[in-house]
Amino acid sequence: MSIDTQTVHHVAQLARLKISDEENALYAEQLSRILNLMEQLNQCPTDNVSPMSHAVTLRMPEREDRVLNNNTRSHLLRGTPSHKNGYFCVPKIIVE
Amino acid sequence: MNDIQELTIAKSILGLRRGDFSSVEITHAFLKKIDQLNRTINAYITVDAEGALAAAKRADQRLQRGDAKPLTGIPVAHKDLFCTKGVATTCGSRMLSQFIAPYDATVTTRLKQMDAVILGKTNMDEFAMGSSTETSYFGVTRNPWDLERTPGGSSGGSAAAVSAGLCLAATGTDTGGSIRQPASLTGVVGIKPTYGRVSRFGMIAFASSLDQGGVFAKTVEDAAYLLQVMAGHDPKDATSIDAAVPDYPDLIHQKATLQNVRIGVPEEYFTRDLNPLVRQSLETALETFRQLGATTVSLSLPCTSYAIPTYYILAPAEASSNLARYDGVKYGHRSESTRDLHDMYCQTRSEGFGPEVKRRIMLGTYVLSAGYYDAYYRKAQRVRRLIADDFETAFKQVDLLVTPTSPTTAFKLGERVDDPVQMYLSDIFTISVNLAGLPALSLPCGMDDKGLPIGIQLISPPLTETKLFHAGHLYQQATDWHTKQPEMTE
Repeated sequence: MSIDTQTVHHVAQLARLKISDEENALYAEQLSRILNLMEQLNQCPTDNVSPMSHAVTLRMPEREDRVLNNNTRSHLLRGTPSHKNGYFCVPKIIVE
Repeated sequence: MNDIQELTIAKSILGLRRGDFSSVEITHAFLKKIDQLNRTINAYITVDAEGALAAAKRADQRLQRGDAKPLTGIPVAHKDLFCTKGVATTCGSRMLSQFIAPYDATVTTRLKQMDAVILGKTNMDEFAMGSSTETSYFGVTRNPWDLERTPGGSSGGSAAAVSAGLCLAATGTDTGGSIRQPASLTGVVGIKPTYGRVSRFGMIAFASSLDQGGVFAKTVEDAAYLLQVMAGHDPKDATSIDAAVPDYPDLIHQKATLQNVRIGVPEEYFTRDLNPLVRQSLETALETFRQLGATTVSLSLPCTSYAIPTYYILAPAEASSNLARYDGVKYGHRSESTRDLHDMYCQTRSEGFGPEVKRRIMLGTYVLSAGYYDAYYRKAQRVRRLIADDFETAFKQVDLLVTPTSPTTAFKLGERVDDPVQMYLSDIFTISVNLAGLPALSLPCGMDDKGLPIGIQLISPPLTETKLFHAGHLYQQATDWHTKQPEMTE
């Protein structure tokens, strides 16, 4: 299974990663080799096998809808380089 | 306080209570040793001398008052993937190099509640993606047994810290072997408990259905003490198992033999091309288990060969989703000169992540993308079920499984960084355990011809960590591999 540079470019866009042409070629080659490894799975019969997403049987635990943490705003704003009036500031979205 | 080299948690618990030394004294001694050796080994990213000594002081007060717990005053290292309020949590990444979490992980809280002494945060492969601790933004960690070799990964810093005597024990995390493999390569004990046994709240996520917090220690008994503190239900983690935690340190002493214990040896883990010295150590270890009263039987885990491709679809897929949050908006690295929001996301992520993380994000994004989801992701989930079923079937016949932990001993720095497939194959014996969510323990069981440690892996059914501790502890009473220490010179 080989991945071409156009696919790498598309995937990088989906993942919001900026990669150079050189990186693109390298990733295309490495990802192709990794995906070749995955081809082995086609030899494993899985008809009527239900997919397993988790090792534990997940329930949806519930709790009372009560605020347990408050006054955390100043803590939470500390990590950002830019904030104003309690909002995180980011560059504009430019629509071309 | 000179001889911290010979201390274990068990000995320290006695020593602190007898007044042989105080927590402040041993903490000073560890901080001094870290100061001497860390620049060579690079086990710690952050050393928190102030926090450690404050905790040690509180611990000594508790010991005087008589309300100390076993871990009170015990110096431990903490993998830099667990959030620690007020002290950097970097995940070995440029993305979080300046990140100070506004809250403690549950594991951190549990250690602090005991007034355990957290000496600092240990180095790791970036976002836990790696098997050699070579992808960290903060430089490689070196194996104390041979400084030109890796300690394994991703929890290489914690493993090296225990191995070099820079702490008494350490926390780690294990998604595909990231506790067990470095434990094996550095000659220490490592345990990954049952998925859901230890809370993942505040444990920065890599692959949420596989990640699990665990322990590095010098002995199985010490590992039991630390796991005791870390384990238990947490309402803040919806995948946390609501089951009582047995008193591991107490139970560990309750069996004098392995009479009636049936050990399975999966033939797929002992193929013709297994390193002969690893095979020899394992066979000697199996003989020790037989002498302790266990019976051994060969059996098959037929889907073993599918584990690596299954893992390398599922884990990157989950990682691509988990790492989508790193966008430079609320915390972490933010790229400076960017045109617009979209550009900020792309620049930030490209600058903040290293090549291995990017590779896995792209792999994960690809296998989840339209047109490929069923062929890869869904398929891998079905194979995961078959791998888990293999273990379930095996455990109807035996109580424990024994395998090598790693196909090789410690490899050289730089040997595998350019070949991701080679690196991924390091996990071949550990990965199935994460897919099935089982508990597993790695113990030192030998040395190769270069004097490098070899590890043996014990696997047991869900929530039966006590079985691992029993077998491991008895093995360590009958052997002395765990007492061997690397010669560290400054």
